Amino acid sequence: MMNTFQFDTASLLVALPEIFLLSAIVVVLLLDLFLTKGFKQVTYYLTQASLLITGVLSYSLIGHPETIIFGNSFVLDDMASVFKVFMMGSAMVAMVYSRHYLTQHDLFRGEYFILVLLSILGMMVMVSGYSLLTLYLGLEILSLSLYTLIAIARNRSGAIEAALKYFVLGAIASGLLLYGMSMIYGISGSLNIVDIAAFSSDANLGSRETLIINFGLVFLVIGIAFKLGAVPFHMWVPDVYQGSPTSVTMFISTVPKIAAVAMLVRLLVDGLGSMHAYWSDLFMILALLSIALGSVVALMQTNIKRMLAYSTISHIGFIMLGFVTGVITGYGAAVFYILVYVLMSLAAFGVIILLNKKGFEAEKISDYKGLSKHSPWFALMMLVVMLSMAGVPPFIGFYSKFFILQQVISAGFVTVAVIAVIFAVISAYYYLQIIKSMYFNDAEQEITVTAPIDMKLVLSINATLILVVGLFPDFWMKLALSLF
Amino acid sequence: MELLSLLIWLPILGGGLVIFVGNERADTARWLSVAISIIIFVMSLSLYTGFDSTTHLMQFVEKASWISQLNINYHIGVDGISMPLIILTTFSTVLVLIAGWEVIQKRTAHYMAAFLMMEGLIIGVFSSLDAILFYAFWEASLIPMLLIIGIWGGDNRVYAAVKFFLYTFLGSVFMLVSLIYMYNKGGSFSILDMHNLSLTATEQTWIFWAFFMAFAVKVPMFPVHTWLPDAHVQAPTGGSVILAAIMLKMGGYGFFRFSLPITPDASLQFSDVVISLSLIAIVYIGFVALVQRDMKKLIAYSSISHMGFVTLGVFALFLAYRPGSAEGALLGLEGAMVQMISHGFISAAMFLVVGVLYDRLHSREISTYGGVINSMPKFTGFAVLFAMANAGLPGTSGFVGEFMVILGAVQANIWYAVLAATTLIVGAAYTLWMVKRVFWGPITNPAVETLNDINGREFFVLATLALAVLIMGLYPQPVIEVMHASIDHLLNQALTSKL
Repeated sequence: MMNTFQFDTASLLVALPEIFLLSAIVVVLLLDLFLTKGFKQVTYYLTQASLLITGVLSYSLIGHPETIIFGNSFVLDDMASVFKVFMMGSAMVAMVYSRHYLTQHDLFRGEYFILVLLSILGMMVMVSGYSLLTLYLGLEILSLSLYTLIAIARNRSGAIEAALKYFVLGAIASGLLLYGMSMIYGISGSLNIVDIAAFSSDANLGSRETLIINFGLVFLVIGIAFKLGAVPFHMWVPDVYQGSPTSVTMFISTVPKIAAVAMLVRLLVDGLGSMHAYWSDLFMILALLSIALGSVVALMQTNIKRMLAYSTISHIGFIMLGFVTGVITGYGAAVFYILVYVLMSLAAFGVIILLNKKGFEAEKISDYKGLSKHSPWFALMMLVVMLSMAGVPPFIGFYSKFFILQQVISAGFVTVAVIAVIFAVISAYYYLQIIKSMYFNDAEQEITVTAPIDMKLVLSINATLILVVGLFPDFWMKLALSLF
Repeated sequence: MELLSLLIWLPILGGGLVIFVGNERADTARWLSVAISIIIFVMSLSLYTGFDSTTHLMQFVEKASWISQLNINYHIGVDGISMPLIILTTFSTVLVLIAGWEVIQKRTAHYMAAFLMMEGLIIGVFSSLDAILFYAFWEASLIPMLLIIGIWGGDNRVYAAVKFFLYTFLGSVFMLVSLIYMYNKGGSFSILDMHNLSLTATEQTWIFWAFFMAFAVKVPMFPVHTWLPDAHVQAPTGGSVILAAIMLKMGGYGFFRFSLPITPDASLQFSDVVISLSLIAIVYIGFVALVQRDMKKLIAYSSISHMGFVTLGVFALFLAYRPGSAEGALLGLEGAMVQMISHGFISAAMFLVVGVLYDRLHSREISTYGGVINSMPKFTGFAVLFAMANAGLPGTSGFVGEFMVILGAVQANIWYAVLAATTLIVGAAYTLWMVKRVFWGPITNPAVETLNDINGREFFVLATLALAVLIMGLYPQPVIEVMHASIDHLLNQALTSKL
């Protein structure tokens, strides 16, 4: 079958959000060059506007019939559109928080926003990529932007280390992924997910072909696990989280995870769904290890960013459990979880950034001592986030765990569910440590919140959503399930 | 909104309002929260007056779709088992808020709000007919208690608060797993549907123990009781009162609502284990209480020992039941219910008594006191009454429940009854010995001489509880009457094999 690239308006329309964002990046980049120091805020507002418009464009494409364009290498379906809307929304929130951090730490530069926009473009390509090549391209756009983004705080001790670590390990992961892709390409003869799916689900697939696909599959899984930060490919996560400027940590821990899950869905569910029996075992091991290690090692952390890194690892474990089930509702549960996770993670880092001041980062758990006295409202917000992450109802974090557990038990893995809940209880201990610092300990120093009003407002809405969506989770669950 | 929904959400929203009033306007917060709690209490009384005690069916039912994807509903309603517990909750909350009036000077509005929110959440626990709704309320009620112990507690409050939270959290997650398991099997999270779900012996065994973990921790039963003394000692008086009077009942309620009807065969099979643990709690923990030097710890251990009667009464039913004569089994079950309510009054009163002393001298040690009667005669009168009730004196509510359970236990096995009856001696020993050392005798500590007797507010709280204890003790019939149909139905469920 010949792949033909058609550049007519109809097919371009399908990629409109990406095209718009790319043009916007170029405009912002050029404009930023000519902005004098006093007008740098313009870049910020333009970034927000670009994100908003891209989000609106993606939103308008929800409900568009599934279309595959550019020679079967780019797909538009509801999952792509919904993910993009969520990515834009969370990126906008992240930018609001970032601005406060950047101004406090003299990092406010146009490059920051341009790199963020570029990485988002990469993520959008990942979400919509429907051939191995596009997926890989998207991943590399994302990764290269992130490496640079971390290093933007070049005076910060640890940032360069984090960037290098992320770069080296990320490159290895990309290499492994690419190797796996080449295997799949070699045996199936096509880069397109559609063709690969058709090839691998062929009932007459020979044992030689199966073997080679499985061989490639292992590398694909490793590459994805690297990107997601699942144990044992998690080593970069704590260091990168701790070393990066907090606003970058927040960004890395939220939006790209959506894209990584999307890539996972494209490669393993859409492409190699018929090989589920093979990759689900790998996922089971990765998931359980992640949940266990993420929960236990986090107990010993005194740095909140590092703690949240391990907490992310354990959340990723839960998400992977959703994919183990091999049924549509299980995938839906995983997608629901990732969206919930992003919401919670944004709010958690939002509070951390909120407490930042010139020359001070609220990085140690002990920095939160007595917060409830000095800023009861934001202490309450942090309480909500921490309890939600621990999986305590009525907050949204409970329903995401519950939904995953329900699917896991439904698939017959009752023991796995029991192990998962035991570690969930263990992990509750370190979330309680933060609550303890905020509420039960007296302040060692005066805590003042200097953040601008927009940041406070967005953060409040962000954290309140954790409760509100928790009280009415029906819509979100349905949305997550409708994507498959 | 219907009555039951109002009872759940009004306190929660009211709590939010009180937070809004702020700690600076403490007096407004106090008046507002007490007013809300009184309104809730009065409203909850119409659950009693409007209750049809001839049926075991759920009443005041409300049902609305909540999470349609998993067939989870906002489904609430009460029967004769949950209704008295809800009224106990609204009653205790009023007293606790009044008792905390001038005692709590630190973040007053937050304190009041926490109790109001907890009230709503606990009423939610008792009225949920959907398992996930139940679980959500069950877990959510931990949050205010965690904060109450952690913020307003004693010196070792952080340890106690975290221990309390993790212990109960660990217990209940297994319940969640088994609830999901039953959903996957039966397609419904409705508790009433689960009652009718047929389960194999193996399934019942696993589910029984999963429930047991959740409820035994909450009751608490020996050997998972260790969080309770810590939590009680560190919690502020109000926290201890709610913990003892209501939160422990959530465990007992769980046995009634989940364990017996859902896993009747496993309950039968393991009733010996549970009865043994209950008897250990009654006897051994009674002796442990005897040696305590800290009054709150003593009452905490006494609580564990008294709650042993609840589990004993529940699980003795299998042995007490004779074909054709369900009397022994019924006595045990109803005794357990009466014991829960009576313990709600008595333990609340005992903790308030300790609280009154603690507010004055900031010590819970028995040795600090002695001869309190000389300076606080009115207070001593109440204290002795409650101590007698705690020891199970006939005429007080403490006697009724224990006596009914012992009568039921006699039908089951005379030795169970004998062992359980020793508590009447041990209980009298530790309670009266404490009374002797604290209230009678010569004044050893000069500070005791200067104590002021209770003020009008304290008098009101203690007098209300004293009335409740006496009324329950002299005329328990109305309470037993409302629960009879439901208990009868429960007995049938427990005795009908699902195999």
